[in-house]
Amino acid sequence: MTDTATAVNNGVNVEALLGAREALTAAPEAARFIWRAAAEWKGGTHTESSVQRFFGLGEEQSHKDEFVYDTDHPEIFASADKGSTPVEMVLVGLAGCLTAGIASVAQNRDIQLNSVKATIDAPMDIQGILGIDADVRNGFDSITVNYEIDADASEDDIAALVAQSQKRSAVFDIITNPTNVNVVVNK
Amino acid sequence: MTHDSYTSARLAGTTDVIVIGAGHAGLAASFLLARKDVAHVVLERGEVANAWRERRWESLKLLTPNWQTQLPGFRYTGSDPDGYMSSAELVRLLEGYAEQSGAPVHTQTEVLSVQRSGSMYKVMTNRGEWRARAVILASGACNKAVVPKIANDLPDDIEQLTALDYRSPAQLQKGGVLVVGASATGMQFADEISRAGIDVTVAVGEHVRMPRHYRGSDILFWMDRCGILAENYEQVEDLNRARRLPSSQLVGCSDRPILDLNSLREQGVQIAGRLMGINDGNAQFSGSLGNVCALADLKMKRLLSAIDEFVADDSTVPPAEAFADTVIDPSPVLMKKLDGDAIRTVIWATGFRPDYSWLDVPVLDRKGQLQHDGGVVASPGMYVLGLPMMRTRKSSFIFGAQDDAFAVTDHLIKYLNNYSRSDDNVVYQYDSGVPGYRRSA
Repeated sequence: MTDTATAVNNGVNVEALLGAREALTAAPEAARFIWRAAAEWKGGTHTESSVQRFFGLGEEQSHKDEFVYDTDHPEIFASADKGSTPVEMVLVGLAGCLTAGIASVAQNRDIQLNSVKATIDAPMDIQGILGIDADVRNGFDSITVNYEIDADASEDDIAALVAQSQKRSAVFDIITNPTNVNVVVNK
Repeated sequence: MTHDSYTSARLAGTTDVIVIGAGHAGLAASFLLARKDVAHVVLERGEVANAWRERRWESLKLLTPNWQTQLPGFRYTGSDPDGYMSSAELVRLLEGYAEQSGAPVHTQTEVLSVQRSGSMYKVMTNRGEWRARAVILASGACNKAVVPKIANDLPDDIEQLTALDYRSPAQLQKGGVLVVGASATGMQFADEISRAGIDVTVAVGEHVRMPRHYRGSDILFWMDRCGILAENYEQVEDLNRARRLPSSQLVGCSDRPILDLNSLREQGVQIAGRLMGINDGNAQFSGSLGNVCALADLKMKRLLSAIDEFVADDSTVPPAEAFADTVIDPSPVLMKKLDGDAIRTVIWATGFRPDYSWLDVPVLDRKGQLQHDGGVVASPGMYVLGLPMMRTRKSSFIFGAQDDAFAVTDHLIKYLNNYSRSDDNVVYQYDSGVPGYRRSA
């Protein structure tokens, strides 16, 4: 065969994802996952968190390795700055989720990605967390993700990739929609 | 039209086919069965076109232009082919159709249960039991309003209406209105309520945006012409999704090019994201409004490009038009107090579903959806008509139900012919891939 067309390869195994979709449609109970993280205070505003184990496909699962993250605050907050702020971790999660989504959707739509870069801006009025003004919320005012995408596709097709990725993104949903949060102190 | 004397003389009987529902779909099937001399009855809980009489809002008009209102043996010949029929006009049309075709309709006959008994179906009604070898479910796709669970969290002093309860702005109590949903239904409600001078917020999830007219013709004319409406249930990529698709943002009204979020916003309607929760007496809206609007804008552009491609360089067609992207506030509202003032009434325009509570045959999946293959239900001799995307994208329209009625009655008649040639003990097995039933050993 002298096929000159190169197969689209974004390094995403879409067949496996579509296979999983089909299998989990037939066995919906296996689709129930539990994500976990553990955290330990290290002193000051520094916390060390780790992830490794999770539950899914009906049984306990594990990442290949344990991943460890430090969160702290910068020196202008009189902290030791041993890691990113927790709010920045939220942005890291959003960027990771949306970008993984873009790669998967592109693969499924036969679009070759050459480069995908994003910057995120998330303004916040810290009068909220400092308790200065009760009318100011603690969280972000808004979040703006700016993508720069080089792909073998039209402008509208690239816009559709990014839109579809948001539609299927867990972190986008977590941030844009309310979630009941239970914080319990074990005795 | 009705067969009351017949009904009261024979409270029940045995026939070949029982059609449940005398709406457009049931009457179309009846017409085709009669043409092939297939014995049948049409059981109707109320009068012909019952849902169109009783359960629709006053301003409702069909989404399809009159010339598209087609049934087997019926074509529109009136003076306004490009207009849109009101529900009263449709009721008159269906009454006339039933009468002219001599449809054996048993009115005021409510089906209480359908059971399979040997190789027959037993259909119990409030006027006795019917038995038949085949059943067509034509009882409609919109029997019940779908209302999300969070409706239970609304404060007690908020009035709640579903799309089946809503009639007109005149019935609303004084105060603002939150319309939940931006399909044809929600958009029409938001539009007419805000025109009545009432403050309206509309909560917008995924929606389907399109202009009423494009390049000189009704958008449904183009969608039909370029083959989009004929797209078959076996061709669509994600059939479940296609069947759940909200109705397009259309209104049966010729005097404006488009009913969309931009036009609502210009007339003062507040556009919010999808309603996600009720907390402490506040409605919470999703922050995903920008994305659902971007998705709808991109899909509309793809639709219009498909039409442009179809038109190609035909110079008799007016030039391509562009519609502005959906404009939303820089910071769309995320929360709104449900204090009886800003919002006094919540209207759930969150979709409809069929009611199969009387169907005692195991043909529903775990989510209560009827399992069928293009109208051939997963129980031998049982068929369905009138569901969205049943066989094609136009199945939800009257002229689509017409095509579906041809296909389904054709299949049904073959089934009856095989059936009559066989022993009583032969089992017919549902085979999803292959049209027609195969005898199993």
